[in-house]
Amino acid sequence: MSFDPAAIRREFPILAREVRGRKLRYLDNAATSQVPRAVLDAVREHDAMHRANVHRGVHALAEEATQAYEAARADVARWLGVRADEIVFASGATAALNIVAQSWTRLLSPGDEILLTELEHHSNIVPWQLAAERAGLVIRGIPATPEGRLDLEALPRLVGPRTRIIAATHVSNVTGAVTDVDALVAAARGVGARVLLDGSQRAPHGPVDVPSLGVDFYVLTGHKMHGPSGIGALWARREVLESMPPFLGGGEMIRSVTLARSTYADPPRRFEAGTPPIAQAVGLGAAIRFLSALDWSAVAAHEMALAQRLLDGLAADRRVRVVGPAGLQRRIGVVSFEMAGAHPHDVCQILDTLGVACRGGHHCAQPLMDRLDLAGTTRASIALYNDASDIDALLEGLGEVARRLC
Amino acid sequence: MGDDLYQAEIVARAKAGAADTRLEPHDARATVDNPLCGDRVVLDLRMDGPRIAEAGQRTRGCALCQASAETLRRCLPGLDRAAAAGGRAALRAYLAGGADLPPPWRDWEAFAPVRAHPSRHGCVTLALDALAEALAATEGGG
Repeated sequence: MSFDPAAIRREFPILAREVRGRKLRYLDNAATSQVPRAVLDAVREHDAMHRANVHRGVHALAEEATQAYEAARADVARWLGVRADEIVFASGATAALNIVAQSWTRLLSPGDEILLTELEHHSNIVPWQLAAERAGLVIRGIPATPEGRLDLEALPRLVGPRTRIIAATHVSNVTGAVTDVDALVAAARGVGARVLLDGSQRAPHGPVDVPSLGVDFYVLTGHKMHGPSGIGALWARREVLESMPPFLGGGEMIRSVTLARSTYADPPRRFEAGTPPIAQAVGLGAAIRFLSALDWSAVAAHEMALAQRLLDGLAADRRVRVVGPAGLQRRIGVVSFEMAGAHPHDVCQILDTLGVACRGGHHCAQPLMDRLDLAGTTRASIALYNDASDIDALLEGLGEVARRLC
Repeated sequence: MGDDLYQAEIVARAKAGAADTRLEPHDARATVDNPLCGDRVVLDLRMDGPRIAEAGQRTRGCALCQASAETLRRCLPGLDRAAAAGGRAALRAYLAGGADLPPPWRDWEAFAPVRAHPSRHGCVTLALDALAEALAATEGGG
């Protein structure tokens, strides 16, 4: 297999459009990435020809919809290297994290500890806080280093006999730093704790060998990995899922119901109450099949070359300071920076007039912003379809920002 | 007036608004945050009976937020509580495409280009949110 970025770009129709009279330079992929024609076609084909509810009907359309939905579950499982019956569909990473935080924590006791990190997106913080308030749990946090990585030297004093889970991001959505998962797993295993990884930023950048990571929970979301919004997934080993009580109640997730009480279906359906996002799941499956056809060593090399080009360009601008790892080691192409005299929203607003789409703000990571004493950053996030001209347009745009504001 | 969000007048006000002009002592202080972006405005009021004698602010925010806070600081002295309290609604209506601003708020016409960018309206109105809280504090505290 080979990788041709120009050919890949042509598979994403939106990249052919102009924004404000300029060619679109889409560098906000860490927020939402674009979808290829294969996904658009799969979703349309499903709703046009196979639309029905899943698991209950016996007519042809219901059978087709169910097969497509379960095939998508198998696609997600293959991407993560796990069993399909260990994949729970949810509306996104936030919902998947809430399943764990609201369900699995019911197995805990007051005073048990949840260890988060300062690199987390709010979606991997707030659900745990809600659970802690309900169940009397204690939340602790692994601090971030000035470089925007986890300060693993703090682990020994944070992990103790009451630690029940370490919930961390696989890759920071702000700094692009890749978490040292081995260190977290080793610390957790030492006290019999679980490990959850939020793979929202990692899963779009190639298959994930989840079994080799040694974690207990893994979460991803479709809209960041070139699939539809409204779909995500939770993975946990079968016995872990079986130990967890339901989170949401409703149709699909039951075995039997009386007015007095109900019994519940086996996982994964135990956690998929109500009609699921069927077309979205089909779209996610199509996205994964599209991604699975790529040579990921070549894609990674392409993305890292672009990241290096961006980091070099930022380093050459005296007004700019990169927030996060300066080099390519253990990072992906999510690059945050601040610009002297220019607020991230203003940077992004001016870049937008040049067709460059970046994200400015706290990126739903206020604890990290507090640690780094920042109100926000400007973030450029690279995907497989970006090319050198996108990076150059961003770097040239920063000159325009300086001319206008500084 | 052009459609440039960052015309010279706005940039000049933003740069002026970067200064810390908080008042000590003050009769009321309000601190408001924009939860979507983390911008923060601290607004101080010094009262002379029912009228605002002086205003000060410290803003951690974008150019539009800083320019708005500085514009507010300049226009408040001399207004009574009722007149000041009308500012937020007037500005919101203006940004939504309403008619010209009433006299105490005419300086906000420099923000006309923001009307085409709804995602940035909150940047301009954050200072007025702080004003509403500060005015409430002056009433509560006498």
